[in-house]
Amino acid sequence: MMSSFLFRAMDARAGIFLGIMAAVIILIPAGNLLVPPGSPFHVPTYAVTLMGKYLTYALLALAVDLVWGYCGILSLGHAAFFALGGYAMGMYLMRQIGTRGVYGDPILPDFMVFLNWNELPWYWYGFDMFWFAALMVLLVPGALAFVFGWFAFRSRVTGVYLSIITQALTYALLLAFFRNDMGFGGNNGLTDFKDILGFDIQSDRTRAGLFAASGIALVLSFLLCRAITRSKLGKVLVAVRDAESRTRFLGYRVEHYKLFVWTLSAMMAGVAGALYVPQVGIINPGEFEPANSIEVVIWVAVGGRGTLVGAMFGAVLVNFGKTWFTAALPDVWLFALGALFVIVTLCLPKGIVGTIGSGWNALRQRKASADYEAGSDEPPASPPQSAGSQSRSSQDTSAKTAEPQPAE
Amino acid sequence: MARSNSLLYLDGVSVSFDGFKALNELSLTIAPGEMRAIIGPNGAGKTTMMDVITGKTRPDTGEVYFNGTVDLTGEDEVSIAELGVGRKFQKPTVFESHTVWDNLELALKAPRGPFNTLFHVITGGERKRIDDLLDLIRLGEKRGELAANLSHGQKQWLEIGMLLAQDPKLLLVDEPAAGMTDAETAETAELLKDIANDHSVVVVEHDMVFVRSLSVKVTVLHEGSVLAEGSLDHVSADERVVEVYLGR
Ligand SMILES: Nc1ncnc2c1ncn2[C@@H]1O[C@H](COP(=O)(O)OP(=O)(O)O)[C@@H](O)[C@H]1O
Ligand SMILES: [Mg+2]
Repeated sequence: MMSSFLFRAMDARAGIFLGIMAAVIILIPAGNLLVPPGSPFHVPTYAVTLMGKYLTYALLALAVDLVWGYCGILSLGHAAFFALGGYAMGMYLMRQIGTRGVYGDPILPDFMVFLNWNELPWYWYGFDMFWFAALMVLLVPGALAFVFGWFAFRSRVTGVYLSIITQALTYALLLAFFRNDMGFGGNNGLTDFKDILGFDIQSDRTRAGLFAASGIALVLSFLLCRAITRSKLGKVLVAVRDAESRTRFLGYRVEHYKLFVWTLSAMMAGVAGALYVPQVGIINPGEFEPANSIEVVIWVAVGGRGTLVGAMFGAVLVNFGKTWFTAALPDVWLFALGALFVIVTLCLPKGIVGTIGSGWNALRQRKASADYEAGSDEPPASPPQSAGSQSRSSQDTSAKTAEPQPAE
Repeated sequence: MARSNSLLYLDGVSVSFDGFKALNELSLTIAPGEMRAIIGPNGAGKTTMMDVITGKTRPDTGEVYFNGTVDLTGEDEVSIAELGVGRKFQKPTVFESHTVWDNLELALKAPRGPFNTLFHVITGGERKRIDDLLDLIRLGEKRGELAANLSHGQKQWLEIGMLLAQDPKLLLVDEPAAGMTDAETAETAELLKDIANDHSVVVVEHDMVFVRSLSVKVTVLHEGSVLAEGSLDHVSADERVVEVYLGR
């Protein structure tokens, strides 16, 4: 049962992606650690970290694509789950600092000493252990998503209303984490990390290791998403996306399906955040900014929603553009992003990968109908009375493909 | 007929939308194994009646019982579907971005929970059942086609196929012949008669030729309540029915 579930994830398209990822995961750290700095093939450490950051964004985009592209839940609050995963990792990294902090307190992080706190708040307990922090990276975003989804999906909040309350969720967390008395470092967040699992967080090897870990997390999550979307459950998700009420009349408890992918997606976002924080070296409330969640949706739309690969590609592409623009033309970036979104929405509603995919299908179908015309002069079937004797779709219908509809 | 030996029992059901009574003290009983045709002018409340039975709309007053014992007014759409009530909508609703085959697979009677479907592996028996249904609805050659690319008539048939795949005890079929040619309409009637051999069916239809060819008991609905009931000849002889149909 389990093996057939995982087996489903594999095919040529997944194979291409896995091949590229394997090369990236091996070659980039090797280019950094093994190739001497003078060589043209040397990859500088800053580039490794930058690309590692892109990979965590790709994982976040994958999480959004699972709920939006396949189940029609347009989340404008996924950055909240990303940030919560990041904070859980940040708390672990803070506790690793120990006496190396400015105030040298063995237990309390600097900001708590600064606030004259005498003891560690109870919710910081356990974060000195990596396994505990890793568990929280999954459980905290997962539990929040579960509770949120339980109420939202049961009361059948959908479409724009759901998107708005996800924005409200991330905004509420933004305000909460800004407060000093929350105990998460307030405005400044958590930073000045020293080491992770005993390795110096600044060293090239650790950087390369974090890059590889991000790549592996992305590959595993991709395989999981692929196994899910290609299962019968995945078909139910698409059914919910296209005709939610019809799915109910078939006897499917739509809210359970939504809750399942929503919670899973939040956990994936949490993992992305946890891998992001040690690479950028800081987590602060800015990560909860509502605009961040909207940006993720743009990555997915640009790459192509409902394609998984497209979402990851979109995340890397847009962020690459962002890095370039913010260095070369910092004032232009937001306009460029807006323009990109408008152009993609108008000209490539399926996104880049989605358009390539359907172009490929259309080509194959055109070839099929050309073969049909060459082989037979019988007119195409007009159903249902003649459907039994005819196979090819008529030319005008063959060009049509079903498109994901916007969430109602 | 008494509630206890009925399959579907509606008594005094009323539904109003902003003061407008779409159903007005509607009472109707369907026996196990029965096929019933429901006719009536546009706006008579036929679709609203199906909405009430399937849990989409809650009645303001009245009783709705399934199998004589289950109070449907206390159940939601999913539970009612699980009890064995299947529905074909007036506007054909299939899953457009799924293939014909996937539409049937989704409808096929099987455990409906997320973990059941996540680890589901299609069995030989299920393939056989889908193949049989594809033959029955004559979409065998279209199995790999996206439902979006089907014609209106084919979508109607696919939806009937999905209804059968669910294997419900009671089928509610809303205007199955709408938008079909005469030949298609006749075939649809044959298909429904076939289905009625081992299912209970309630079919709503405007087309009198279609209803006549079913040759079953007919209920005439008008302004949300039953105007007449009996054979088609019997109800067409009723002056009030003639007035409702011709007086417009
Ligand atoms: N959701 C609704 N809101 C308001 N009015 C409705 C609604 N559903 C149905 N109606 C009204 O109820 C009446 C009965 O509609 P319907 O059951 O669709 O009729 P039929 O299927 O017999 O043509 C119509 O006048 C319709 O406008
Ligand atoms: Mg109607």
